[in-house]
Amino acid sequence: MSGPRLRVTADLDLCQGHQLCQGEAPTVFGFDAAADVVTVLEEHPDPALRPQVTAAVRYCPAFALTLEETTDD
Amino acid sequence: MTVTDPVAAIREVSYAVPDDGHGHLAEMRVDPIGLFTRVREECGDIGRFRLADRDVVLVSGAEANEQFFRAPDSTLDQAAAYPFMTPIFGQGVVFDASPEERQQMLKNQALRGDMMRGHAATIEAEIRRMVEPWGEEGEIDLLDWFAELTIYTTSSCLIGRPFREELDARFAREYHDLERGTDALAYVDPYLDIESFRVRDRARENLVALVQGIIDRRRERGTVPREERDLLDVLISIDMSADYITGVFISMMFAGHHTSSGTAAWALIELMRHPEVMAGVVAELDELYADGPDGPAEVSFQALRSIPLLEAALKETLRLHPPLIILLRLVAEEIELAGHTIPPGVMVAASPKVSNRIAADFPDPERFDPARYLDPRQEDLQNRWTWIPFGAGKHRCVGNAFAMMQLKAIFSVILRDYEFEMAQPSQDYRDDVSKMVIQLAQPCRVRYRRRVR
Repeated sequence: MSGPRLRVTADLDLCQGHQLCQGEAPTVFGFDAAADVVTVLEEHPDPALRPQVTAAVRYCPAFALTLEETTDD
Repeated sequence: MTVTDPVAAIREVSYAVPDDGHGHLAEMRVDPIGLFTRVREECGDIGRFRLADRDVVLVSGAEANEQFFRAPDSTLDQAAAYPFMTPIFGQGVVFDASPEERQQMLKNQALRGDMMRGHAATIEAEIRRMVEPWGEEGEIDLLDWFAELTIYTTSSCLIGRPFREELDARFAREYHDLERGTDALAYVDPYLDIESFRVRDRARENLVALVQGIIDRRRERGTVPREERDLLDVLISIDMSADYITGVFISMMFAGHHTSSGTAAWALIELMRHPEVMAGVVAELDELYADGPDGPAEVSFQALRSIPLLEAALKETLRLHPPLIILLRLVAEEIELAGHTIPPGVMVAASPKVSNRIAADFPDPERFDPARYLDPRQEDLQNRWTWIPFGAGKHRCVGNAFAMMQLKAIFSVILRDYEFEMAQPSQDYRDDVSKMVIQLAQPCRVRYRRRVR
């Protein structure tokens, strides 16, 4: 066990495809152009990216992203 | 066998204004907030009122709101729930696209993330133009001033700069009259012979005449290079009539106009009412825009970035004064809400005004407290189904990032150069809620004075 980890989830029913999250954290969020929704590239991002991921969650125009700390896989 | 009416099993709210034959419509025309608030107080997470010949099932609370906002378009129909919009967009203006598809188009074109920088620069320039004649001190009417400003910003960003350059305060006044034409009596008949609808129809005719004049001038001028064209040139080139074009423009601007205008005005009022919050925001902006080695930061750049205290004050303004107090849908396919099955034909609703003040989610809910949005409270993200000034779910306002950027730009400009004080008693700033589009009641005057720095 290596202590709590970050976990990012995207609710694809809510995502409107604004792609602002890619601007905030391009290594964590990608885009599925065909479906017009986000793809999570790094479900457990490096803790060093916390500020960028937090900004992505906070400024998502669709409130589709969640960041939590977890001890499970 | 007994067939029980599933809607009748939902508790109906009491009457505070006598039923004049259209159920709770009479109360909705004088005190809609009182009505919606009482639904939650008396009936809980799901209650019911009568609007003309329909039942409206009003939900609140996270669980029922989530069911409401997650329902697909095929289940809950948005367009059919707003009959007062048809005469505003124009009878005969038939859109090829559903409201959902139009929302998608707007997002993919005018509201694309990569276009925001250009919009921010446009908005900054429009604000500076409006402030330019202010001088050292004076007084403005918040409704008139912000309604005019947001006509220029929305038309310039969504339609194009050449079109915006043809507009003046007349267009803003007519547009405001259209918005006043949203009396809830439209649920009985949107073409009744009443003052609100006569004003609306006259305003629309005048707007069509203004647009016709612009079209005529474009035709006389002839074609211009591609880079000088805007959406109006495109619509003229496919032979759309002035009436139709006006309808298209009205519908494009509608969602972003009274909403942004009202929020800007209320944010300024709340900041004046809370000098300690105002001082924090002004200090934040002063620091952000202080002269650095490369000169002061540009508003158009900064408005797209984090301005935490200002953002928190704007969010708190939106929570207490959501521009839309009720969001309506017509049930197209049976839906389950808060344990009740609602059949097609019934209207269902969620109320930002009510949900945004649920005490369990927003402690001390009447209090203007921007600290709610700072870490670790984040009461907007923590309550994504009840913090709903922009709605929620798949149809959460597509323009919300644009709106927040615009508000940040407005306050970045006006709070750096001016200070403000109320020109009337604080409690006299209030909304006129007699129409479905609520607006500040006039007078709503404010004094400004150039800052000494």
